[in-house]
Amino acid sequence: MSTANTHVAHHYDDAEQQFDAARLGMWIFLATEVMFFGGMFTGYTTCRFMYPAAFAEGSSHMQLLAGTLNTAVLLLSSLTMALAVRSVQVNRPAVAVRLLMVTLVLGFVFLGIKGYEYATKFAEHHVPGAAFSLGEAHNPAVNPQHVELFFAFYFLLTGFHALHMLIGVTIVAIVAVQTWRGQFSSAYFTPLEITGLYWHFVDIVWVFLFPLLYLIH
Amino acid sequence: MSTAELPKRHYLNANYNVWSWLLTTDHKRIAILYMISLTFFFFVGGVAAILFRLELMTPQGDLVISETYNRLFTLHGVVMVFFFLIPSIPAVLGNFLLPMMIGARDLAFPKLNLLSWYLFMAGGLLAIAAIIGGGVDTGWTFYTPYSTTYANSQVMAMALGIFVAGFSSILTGLNFIVTTHTMRAPGMTWFRMPLFVWGQYATSIIFVLGTPVLAITLALIALERGLGIGIFDPRLGGDPLLFQHLFWFYSHPAVYIMVLPTMAVISEIVPCFARKRIFGYRFVAFSSVAIAVLSFLVWGHHMFVSGQSLYAGLVFSFFSMLVAVPSAIKVFNWTATLYKGSISLDTPMLYALGFIGLFTIGGLTGVFLATTAIDVHVHDTYFIVAHFHYIMVGGAVMGYLGGIHFWWPKMTGRMYPEMWGRVSAVIIFIGFNLTFFPQFILGYLGMPRRYHVYAEEFQVLNVMSSAGASILGFGYLIPLVYLLWSLKYGRIAGPNPWGAKGLEWMTPSPPPTFNFDETPIVTEEAYAYPPLSDEPLPDDFLSDVPVADEQREPLRS
Repeated sequence: MSTANTHVAHHYDDAEQQFDAARLGMWIFLATEVMFFGGMFTGYTTCRFMYPAAFAEGSSHMQLLAGTLNTAVLLLSSLTMALAVRSVQVNRPAVAVRLLMVTLVLGFVFLGIKGYEYATKFAEHHVPGAAFSLGEAHNPAVNPQHVELFFAFYFLLTGFHALHMLIGVTIVAIVAVQTWRGQFSSAYFTPLEITGLYWHFVDIVWVFLFPLLYLIH
Repeated sequence: MSTAELPKRHYLNANYNVWSWLLTTDHKRIAILYMISLTFFFFVGGVAAILFRLELMTPQGDLVISETYNRLFTLHGVVMVFFFLIPSIPAVLGNFLLPMMIGARDLAFPKLNLLSWYLFMAGGLLAIAAIIGGGVDTGWTFYTPYSTTYANSQVMAMALGIFVAGFSSILTGLNFIVTTHTMRAPGMTWFRMPLFVWGQYATSIIFVLGTPVLAITLALIALERGLGIGIFDPRLGGDPLLFQHLFWFYSHPAVYIMVLPTMAVISEIVPCFARKRIFGYRFVAFSSVAIAVLSFLVWGHHMFVSGQSLYAGLVFSFFSMLVAVPSAIKVFNWTATLYKGSISLDTPMLYALGFIGLFTIGGLTGVFLATTAIDVHVHDTYFIVAHFHYIMVGGAVMGYLGGIHFWWPKMTGRMYPEMWGRVSAVIIFIGFNLTFFPQFILGYLGMPRRYHVYAEEFQVLNVMSSAGASILGFGYLIPLVYLLWSLKYGRIAGPNPWGAKGLEWMTPSPPPTFNFDETPIVTEEAYAYPPLSDEPLPDDFLSDVPVADEQREPLRS
């Protein structure tokens, strides 16, 4: 079993300073992520403002059930992630491992549902590009090119989100193994803590994406 | 001087093999890696400038065709902005000094720091590949839809290069913020920190909040070019102005990324060579933060003639003028610091004084440009070019060189030759003004930027500008030569050749790998220079190592 001191790098005074630094670093990284997604949200908002009817049309082609299910899956995974961190804090690593496994499975379920949605979009020619075709429009007055713009934002936003999810499940898998090997305890759980922060962030991005893409008509 | 010696063990001789440099996590070594890389990029960008200044000697296009000219000024802009100016002071001087100034053994995340250099180099290599592959002709601004649809050049590779290098900025900023918050030595309160640290901190805020927006903007350019997703393409209903908004949301604050660290350097040099405590410490510190915050509210002043709404223009005009307030606070405080100071005109001080004058001209012309009516008249003319070069070259490069000279003895343990330093500082100042002052007049007379053929009546001023550029280019070569010379032949500096205050001067030059033998304990304010009457400057305080040792005492507990 590792003790706290073995994890303190040479340039830190003590474990607390190192923990504070790591946690602050993660928060600042998340701030950069907010700005990164913020650029895309700005673009989405601008275009939606210009073409509200076309964006409503695009939104009506979303698979609401799949999106709702995914929202539930991600929120649940955030809960299991938070409980996993808590379990290590109270020195119950075995429970934490199981919770991390559940988080991991939920992450993959999310990606699976997302993949299914993408496949459907491909089949329906809703992917922007030369092969794009709106098919049967609910509102015949809209310009299909503007709906294509909606789908461009859909793939852009969910694509970058899915990329973050892929990175997320990889990191969760790593900290799950580390927890299983007994590297974390109430004295030292920094990697788990900052992985949790990242996971919740990716979750929160989805909480904004879901209404913007699926719910606003 | 014969008795002075370099310390036996220091960060430079701790280990000699190549891997000890390429895999180093020592912030000082990473700073040196950055300095070498940035010097390379500086001269790449400089060569492009010399070539197009040669072309502009005559009104006809006789040296290069317009296609080549476009690629030359784009190369100059992209390389100088993204691969020299933005990283310059933070990545070299900030990396080297920030941990020492707050009494830390290293930055909070040494491995991320190394990663940032590798990302920078990867981005730089992509940029070089794009240049060798034919270059880019869009200007450093990558305006759509030209860059996404029509430009027949290496836009993708260049955008990718800047995208990757952007993450090195983000990591540096993140590291500085966390280090400043968590790694300060006992007694180093926020208001005892040198203003250099405040400046780097404010810059880091912009790095962290601005750069991701540039990253997504460039990613969108690449996606638009590669897949035609249409977000910036008016044919598909996209909005090219959206690109300009996103681009300037980062690229205006980027100007403050260049100038805030410079101001940070000036705030160190001026008190040292005036032998006075800085005037209005808190005002200088908070004006850095104020500039960082305001920098995010002014981007629309690049778009006064783009067709954005009149009201947006007015708001952006107002905020742009507001930036002049904290900037002026700094200039007034430095001037007040000089007042009745015991001023010595060593090379760093020459650069600092040059900076104050040139920055004032650059800043005041910025107020002209923030006035919408004047901006409409001079938009996209050489007036703009002159204005931003007064900030970026007259400001940022002067500050960088001043800082390099000031801390050169700390970085290398040896002095540069003072006479040559002064001569080159004066040559650079003269060359700079001769290059760029005529451009204010050219722009005011209506010569547009980015054309290589111009009306004959502009020739005299253009020849003056090109002559100035050759003087400036020559001026930049002199430090390159004598700084390299000094590595072997320079006089041993001792820990504190300037008799300066600050923790970095309390440790040997060059410093040991972990900066301090024991963590310093700070008991007094920054810039605790003694009152003037008590301590006249030694006649030759450059060589006066014992004085430096004496001054270690008050800071140690």
